[in-house]
Amino acid sequence: MSGAGHAHLRELNDAVLQVRDLEVIFGSGRAPRVQAVSGVSFDIARGETLGIVGESGCGKSTTGRAIMQMPPATAGSVLFEGDDLGAMSQSELRLARTRVQMIFQDPISSLNPRRRVRDSVAEPLDIWSRGTPAERRQVVDDILADVGIDPEQAAVARPHEFSGGQCQRISIARALVLSPTLLICDEPVSALDVSVQAQVLNLLEDLKARYSLTMMFIAHDLAVVKNISDRVAVMYLGRLCEIAPSRELYAHPAHHYTRVLLDSIPVPDPEVIAVGHELVGDLPSPVDPPSGCRFHTRCPAADDQCRTEEPVMRAVGEDHYVACHHPLVTSVAIST
Amino acid sequence: MSQTQASLRGGPEPLVSVRGLRTLFATERGLVRAVDGVDLNIHKGRSLGIVGESGCGKTVLSRSIMGLLPSTAHREGSVRYEGHELVGKSVGSMRRFWGQEMSMVFQNPMVSLNPVMRIGEQIAEPLRIHLGMSRSDARDTALQLLEEVRIPEPKRRLRQYAHELSGGMRQRVVIAIALSCGPAILFADEPTTALDVTVQSQILDLIAERRQDRNMAVVLVTHDLGVVAGHTDEIAVMYAGKIVERAPTNELFANVKMPYTRSLLRSIPRLDDDPHTRLHAISGRPPDLIDPPSGCRFAPRCAYAREKCHVEAPPLQSTENPDHVYACWYPVGSAEFVEREEELVATGVHVRGRQ
Repeated sequence: MSGAGHAHLRELNDAVLQVRDLEVIFGSGRAPRVQAVSGVSFDIARGETLGIVGESGCGKSTTGRAIMQMPPATAGSVLFEGDDLGAMSQSELRLARTRVQMIFQDPISSLNPRRRVRDSVAEPLDIWSRGTPAERRQVVDDILADVGIDPEQAAVARPHEFSGGQCQRISIARALVLSPTLLICDEPVSALDVSVQAQVLNLLEDLKARYSLTMMFIAHDLAVVKNISDRVAVMYLGRLCEIAPSRELYAHPAHHYTRVLLDSIPVPDPEVIAVGHELVGDLPSPVDPPSGCRFHTRCPAADDQCRTEEPVMRAVGEDHYVACHHPLVTSVAIST
Repeated sequence: MSQTQASLRGGPEPLVSVRGLRTLFATERGLVRAVDGVDLNIHKGRSLGIVGESGCGKTVLSRSIMGLLPSTAHREGSVRYEGHELVGKSVGSMRRFWGQEMSMVFQNPMVSLNPVMRIGEQIAEPLRIHLGMSRSDARDTALQLLEEVRIPEPKRRLRQYAHELSGGMRQRVVIAIALSCGPAILFADEPTTALDVTVQSQILDLIAERRQDRNMAVVLVTHDLGVVAGHTDEIAVMYAGKIVERAPTNELFANVKMPYTRSLLRSIPRLDDDPHTRLHAISGRPPDLIDPPSGCRFAPRCAYAREKCHVEAPPLQSTENPDHVYACWYPVGSAEFVEREEELVATGVHVRGRQ
């Protein structure tokens, strides 16, 4: 069985994104091959926010980039509104990318330091020559105002004159200026202070409603992901280990890895004593991932089965799926 | 300021006492008052958290105490370390304090490690320079230090370079170097901000254990109140170069006085909140430290500010608990605060809730 199975995929009438058995391998020739993403499948319904969490090196950013086809996946398919992005010609893909946009972690380095920020935001419209120049100006001004940047200042100022949070707002404006359907956010707030992080998260929620966005939100901070997501997928070493509606995932984590992630979030309350499910050791190398369940080297519940047999996604609750032989939640009570 | 000093009460003699510390930077645009009159005590074996947003002066404060400042900086006031006045000391005479008395762990371990020097040599270097150890003694001690910070396969690591280690392991190496000469105070400036949550808790626990073993003081500088909640005895909240609230950790979380601290606390997304719960963001950003606002420096961003706040700077005053001080005219819980909160809830700006 390659990948973690398909039990968790839904029959959606209106899926914006359907990812099937996505696999990304880096390196060729004699160089060691890094299995960054191995057999990941998920879907995102229209208007939904899917959160993807995991540690550095789990393949969450690579998954986001593979959806954008930069670089394309080694295997598997990415269907965006029913069209296979991987099978498109360059020109078709360019057109499709106007509807799938991405924002990145470091807001300052994702803007050209030598351009006025208004020009950076206007560039996608200019490239696609959408509307008359006057209409384009109006769109840019509106969107800058929506993200809380003064259009007049943006017309003259360059990125270094703005703070990190403001630069992230500008990046968001640039991503939204072509009115995309899907916005992929790759750690958009992890470089920001908590106070600014809250501003940007609130802004993303507002914009999602105003522009009817579907979102994929990649982050390592589970509290942030819970706040913004409808469903959350947990990744470990290139594999999907658990997916569930966010409330359910946080209330009843089924994968041992999910529980460790939850327990490691610092609680802003000194009365709460850490429960102490700590991860031992470092992430194994994706060049030579462990056999069976990839988490078995660090899992407290691992046994022989875990070492040899790859677990497949199975239901442990309503719309709650886990790839684990010994899940923490076993009550399989699903009405068929 | 006399009130501030009054609040730093007796008890055992502090390891470090900071009084009226100002750190000024001369820039083309004018004088930046990065630290503007700070009083602080650091006690042996205790941990202090310094919390605030970027640009509040928390990093400059910790560097000012250690004397790690660029030549454009100017320090005023007093920093006493076990009776020695550190303000005005030359870099040469500070070397005696760095490493052996106080050391620092920085945010980004990739930048603070030398990429072309083996890990073992980097740990051995301070041992040889500060403690005058022989090459082989330094090597043995380096191995012990790597074990102490729980790096797997320490022998092999000694011969590796920084790029061969993961982010968490690099930060452990940086901690090993900081601990190498047995400092009495460890400053940790955003030590986990560049790391994953899982690694973050490991690193914070590691620092806490080493603090207990060595009876070392720890100063944890961070923007995240969640990080300091479980890992400090006392917290100082900074805003625009000043300390605006200071209290024992439990007391601070139980009885927040300063609206700024409360806002910082409420802007953290919490796991027990439902998805899509609106976060309490603080609008705007910290002021320019060249020309800070008159009156309370937080007033322009404070939902509870009144006329007096914009005119007159509030002094640090203590609560019923003399160890808990804050600088606010209308603190959380005061009649004026409650009145404004009712208005904000009524107009839908704020949601009634926790705290």
